[in-house]
Amino acid sequence: MTIRRILFGAAAALLVSTQMAATPAVAAGGEQPIPARLSWSFSGPFGTFDRGQIQRGFKVFKEVCAACHGAEFFAFRNLAQPGGPEFSEEQAKQVASEYQIHDGPNDAGDMFDRPGRLSDHWPSPFPNSNAARAANGGALPPDLSVIAKARASHVGFPGFILDAFTQYQEAGPDYLYALLTGYRDPPADVNVQPGLHYNLYFPGHQIAMPNPLSDGQVEYTDGAAQTVSQYAEDVSAFLMWLAEPHLEARKRIGFQVMIFLIVFIGLLYYTKKKVWSNIAH
Amino acid sequence: MEGHSTYQPKGKVAQWFESRLPIVGLIHSSGIAYPVPKNLNYLWTFGAILSFMLVVQIVSGIVLAMHYAAYAPVAFARVEHIMRDVSYGWMIRYIHANGASMFFIAVYIHMFRGMYYGSYKAPREVLWILGVIIYLLMMATAFMGYVLPWGQMSFWGATVITNLFSAIPVVGGVIVEWLWGGYSVGNPTLNRFFSLHYLLPFMIAGVVGLHIWALHHVGQNNPDGIDIKDIHKDTVPFTPYATLKDLLGIVVFLLFFSWFLFYAPNYMGHPDNYIPANPLSTPAHIVPEWYFLPFYAILRSIPDKLGGVLAMFAAIAVLAFLPWLDTSRVRSAKYRPMFKVFFWVFAVVAVGLGYLGAMPAEGGYVIVSRIFTVYYFLHFLVILPVLGLVEHPKPLPASIADAVLAKHANGGATVVAGASAPETK
Repeated sequence: MTIRRILFGAAAALLVSTQMAATPAVAAGGEQPIPARLSWSFSGPFGTFDRGQIQRGFKVFKEVCAACHGAEFFAFRNLAQPGGPEFSEEQAKQVASEYQIHDGPNDAGDMFDRPGRLSDHWPSPFPNSNAARAANGGALPPDLSVIAKARASHVGFPGFILDAFTQYQEAGPDYLYALLTGYRDPPADVNVQPGLHYNLYFPGHQIAMPNPLSDGQVEYTDGAAQTVSQYAEDVSAFLMWLAEPHLEARKRIGFQVMIFLIVFIGLLYYTKKKVWSNIAH
Repeated sequence: MEGHSTYQPKGKVAQWFESRLPIVGLIHSSGIAYPVPKNLNYLWTFGAILSFMLVVQIVSGIVLAMHYAAYAPVAFARVEHIMRDVSYGWMIRYIHANGASMFFIAVYIHMFRGMYYGSYKAPREVLWILGVIIYLLMMATAFMGYVLPWGQMSFWGATVITNLFSAIPVVGGVIVEWLWGGYSVGNPTLNRFFSLHYLLPFMIAGVVGLHIWALHHVGQNNPDGIDIKDIHKDTVPFTPYATLKDLLGIVVFLLFFSWFLFYAPNYMGHPDNYIPANPLSTPAHIVPEWYFLPFYAILRSIPDKLGGVLAMFAAIAVLAFLPWLDTSRVRSAKYRPMFKVFFWVFAVVAVGLGYLGAMPAEGGYVIVSRIFTVYYFLHFLVILPVLGLVEHPKPLPASIADAVLAKHANGGATVVAGASAPETK
């Protein structure tokens, strides 16, 4: 069959050409390795956040990240809402009250500072982005509200097709963990520019953020290991929740919808079959 | 098409109303009695799936518009407000964002089905061209919708695509400034894109009405690509037969949709669109939404800017001429052994172009893109016209009823001897 041969020939040519094409792109796209895929409690169809983990992650965020990074969509009330760290309302109020919020004007027309309330959003560590740049050697620390959905690594073919079946949606936290644990001494042939730091996973390897974590830096009261690896994992999980605060509800409702649809499909299939049973088609 | 029955209102009030506005009769003739070929397969449910998805997009979009603000300094924050603080806002937004992708998945299946079974051939040329117009409107709507969250890909995608018009000689620069409402993509651009994004779906709905009207006038094509000879032997009434089958198709499609909606809602999006738009920082790779990628690959494969733009628009425009480029008198690929092979080669090339559009425009990717682009046009402009002249189609069954009988007699899709010669135009 000549026609069949043409078809196979075309398919083979396609395969070979994409294989060839793949090689230079990997080289040109930078040599940072693809982050390892960690096993997260919130992955998969029944995933939920580990309360203890994101409470610890919040502590790391509050004591370390928040010194330079803002989180403008993060409200104190979120800390007590279902599907999150689920602190009690009292605890969330306590956290809010530790911060001074610039408010006003009052009846006299004056601006004033007052303790934070549940409805307030996380205060930015800098009054504006110019101040943030000035304090960080010209680099702007990005807002962390949705950072866990704004970072991912390039997967390529055929990995991205498999990811649709495995529901892989954790590229963000995987990258954040890799980045936070990816500080290394630069290789001998790499000249790190002043004010930058060598990181295995950052695109181009030179990142303005100095290594933020060190062993024993944040005190854990629940017995979890006080190591960089543990901190990085906890804060990455917390940032995933911060980026997707309704993740648990989404997966829970999703399962109910899937069950409903499968039963409905079964009923419809047999109804359709019965209706068509006397028609040759 | 004449239906199995004609509507006769029984009640006094119904008779009074029908003689003044025969809308119930219209619904009856097009939604109940309308004759549907018996031999349709499940690929024919995608018309209903697409109508359903258009409603889903319009309804979810209207709700989103109640909470959104098309103002550049707050647009990104408004979308996050929907995701976090609006009751089930995350669901509405993910329905709308993933719904756009689902809409395109369904439309591509619908289009490839039309190509495979020759649904564009006489007397369905106008039906097909209306479909191409809907596809164009869908692309414009989706492109402008993707700009609204005002993330990095929104901004830079809008910049790249609107800049294409600057390739037009003499007036290009003026047209681009007119599109932008300024000297770069900015708040005026966002504002007008929101307005048009709200308008175009209703234009789509209007053209869909014409598309269905044309369909019901000429009747549906079918997997055997032969005309209805005897309404009673070849067809079944739309209700309950096609309505139930379409409903089953829709619900199975919903299951597929739900997989992404609930478990991988960001799978088809780009992470960079969760970074607020920043005119001072260009993303490393600007990629459009996946459904534009084949055309993006064609655009980039031509080294000249104007040439690339022309090639990209030609790649879509050529579809409108398909009814006249395909010279074969036989509709269905089932009876066209050579066309069947070239159809699948074309499908691989089209999907391959999509993959190449997502890859950086460098090295081997550019070479393969160029080969595929040439083949894309070759398929329409050379292969299809020539194929109709040199191919020897298999004998067609005498009627749809015969084709169905043959299928059941042989347990397969082959046709018994004694079938008629290929029909004449």
